[in-house]
Order: sequence, then structure tokens, then C-alpha cells
Amino acid sequence: MPAGAADRRMGWVPAPQQGWVAPHIASEFPGLGIAWVEVDAKPGRSPEPVRRRLRDLSDRTYGSQAIRLRERPIPWAYRVFFRQIGLDPDRTRTPVEQLTLDRLHDGGFRSHGLPTDALNVAIVETGVALRAFDADAFEGRLCIRDTAPGESLAGQTAELAKGTLAIADEARPVAMLFGPAAEGLGVGKGTRRIAIAAVQVKGVPQIAVEEALWMAASTLEAA
Amino acid sequence: MTTLSGMPRLLDQTLPRPGVAVDEREARLQLRRQIARLEAELGALFGEAFGHAEVPHRIDSIAAAPRVLDLGELEVIRDRLADRVAEARAALVERKRVEDENRELVERMLAAPQDFKWVRVSRQDLGLHGCGHWHSRPRLGPIGMLMGWWRVKVSSGCPLAGRLEAVDRKDPARQAGHRT
Repeated sequence: MPAGAADRRMGWVPAPQQGWVAPHIASEFPGLGIAWVEVDAKPGRSPEPVRRRLRDLSDRTYGSQAIRLRERPIPWAYRVFFRQIGLDPDRTRTPVEQLTLDRLHDGGFRSHGLPTDALNVAIVETGVALRAFDADAFEGRLCIRDTAPGESLAGQTAELAKGTLAIADEARPVAMLFGPAAEGLGVGKGTRRIAIAAVQVKGVPQIAVEEALWMAASTLEAA
Repeated sequence: MTTLSGMPRLLDQTLPRPGVAVDEREARLQLRRQIARLEAELGALFGEAFGHAEVPHRIDSIAAAPRVLDLGELEVIRDRLADRVAEARAALVERKRVEDENRELVERMLAAPQDFKWVRVSRQDLGLHGCGHWHSRPRLGPIGMLMGWWRVKVSSGCPLAGRLEAVDRKDPARQAGHRT
């Protein structure tokens, strides 16, 4: 029996792998972390149960919740972190705030296919910031570090400014922190294994991160 | 002799200045804690004021891309957040004052409607939810006007709900007249 097959049959997903944070960044931002799970899944149209779940989620999300969102502990923690790294959370929205605003604008959570829908369900339910990568495209463990001079994201001509906070593998930056991903590292048509990564900041409990990863991964596995 | 010959090399070394780096890091952590507290305060004020008063809450981003901010930049964010919190508090106090004045006005209108001819105060002016207003108007129309029969009419409830309008999705195919 291939490794993980029994787990999948039982509805379990692999335990999250813990990434690392550059020591000088970790000393500036205690509580910052990255964890991810890898799932055998392909991108594609969301099955009916996932779309139904999005509809249910739409029915449970109201404008008043959007206003009070920034007072909830986890969305607040991300807003604070955005401020601390120089971003304006009212312009560069935190993932959960962006999804909530889209829900209000569109009148519901629109389906964007997998894995986006699986991530969106988990982000809205838990507030944790998630993103997906092609698990076969990056090397080794993921980490959060600042960029060195001359580094850039694959597929982009412009160099990243020195000190830009990025998610990186053991070879190169794979995405800007809360920003765009490098070409070929995101989920594409050829992706056969998806890595779902959660960025944890101070104030976000570990249990919420694990729940978010579990929720997104199990949605992908079930699809 | 060995010690003396080693001295120039020792003097050339750039030793870390004791205390400075540690203090700056500690100062940055302290500023980040202050930013967190102010953000929570601003979020609460924003939620409290929404729908009642305009609360300034925007702060321009310091960096184009995420990075570790230095002490000066963190201070700028902290100061701007503190300003926004102060402005938000002032806006809420001012709004509360206006609402109290309107509440008194309604009480005076109810006591002597003829002194407030045609004055209309909405529930929103009092910081209340829902639709409705207090309107000082004459009984029996023109006859009441001539006779000085004034009263405060309290409207009730919101208009009946109509059909919800669909969001304009700006679908280029649909705009071009194609069926999707």
C-alpha cells in the first residue's frame, strides 16, 4: 500500500511540516512562522459539495461581520502584522478581509475552482492566511526570510528590493510575503501535487493554523 | 612583547558597541506592541462609528513591499495611528453631542409642536437603527395650519423590501451581446 493511502482512506491529511524563519527576522517578529501540507491533487473545477459549502458560507457571512472583522483576534493579528511590515491593510488587504469584501461585492463567494475554493473556505472559516504552491516545483523546506541583493522572483525581470520579506525554498524566493508568487511555483495546469502553506503571525494560535491546513487539505483530498 | 604586538590588530577590530543594537531592537519591539494596541483601538472605534459617523482610519503604507521597518518608520506608523485614534474619538464625541442635541430637540418638539413647524428629525439623526422620523406638521393640512393645530407625526418602519438588484459584473461578453 503506498504511503499515505490508509490516511487518505480514513479522511486524514498528513501532519503539517514546519518551515523556518531567518533568525534575525524571527527575533524582530516573534510568533512569525510558516507551515505547509502537501496533497496529491490537481487543479480543476470544484465539485458540487465544495460549491455548496461556499454557498453555505455566503449565507453565514454578513456586512455587519465584515465591519467587526478587524476586532476579531486572528484578522486583527494579520492587520497588525501588515502595519508592522509597512503595508496598509486597507489597501493591501489581508486574505480574510479581501474574501469578505469580495463576498459583499459579488453577493456570495464565487467559485474559482480548486485549489482556490478549498483555500477560501479555510481562510473564511479560520481567518488564517493560506496560499498554494506546486509542491513539485520548490526544493526542500519553505522559509520566511529577507531577500539578498540581486534576487528576484522567477518570471519577473525586476529585482526584489534588498530586505523584502519573502517565502523562499532552499534555492530561491518563491513568493513575496502576502504578495505574488514566482512563475512556475504557483499552481498551474501541470500541477499534480499541491502544497498549502499557512503564514502564522503573532496572535494566531497554532491550533488555528493546523485547523486551516487540515480544512483546506481535506477539502482538496475529498474532491 | 606578544601582547604589545597584538594591540594594533585588536584596536583595528570593530567591536560591537555594547547595548546599542539590543536597545534598538527592544525599542522596535516596543513600538510594534504600541502599533498592535493602537490598531485594536482604532478597529473598535471604526466598528462603533460605522453607520453613524465618518471615522478617519486610513494610513498610507510606508513600504512598497513587505520588509523590516526601522525605528523611524515604526515611529511614523505609531504616530499616525495615534492621530487617527484621536481623530476617531473626537469624531465620535462630536457625533454623540449632535445626537444628544437632536434627542433634546425631539423632546421639545413633542412638548410644543407649534414651535417647530415642519421640523423633521430622523432616527438616524439620533443614532438609532432602522427607518422613521419625527415630523412636526399640521393636523388636517391647511386648516390645521390656519388654526395652529400642530402635532408631531412619528413615521413607522422601513419601506417594504423590493426586489434585490443584481450586481453589475461588467461581463465583457454579455456587454458585447453574446450569450454566455
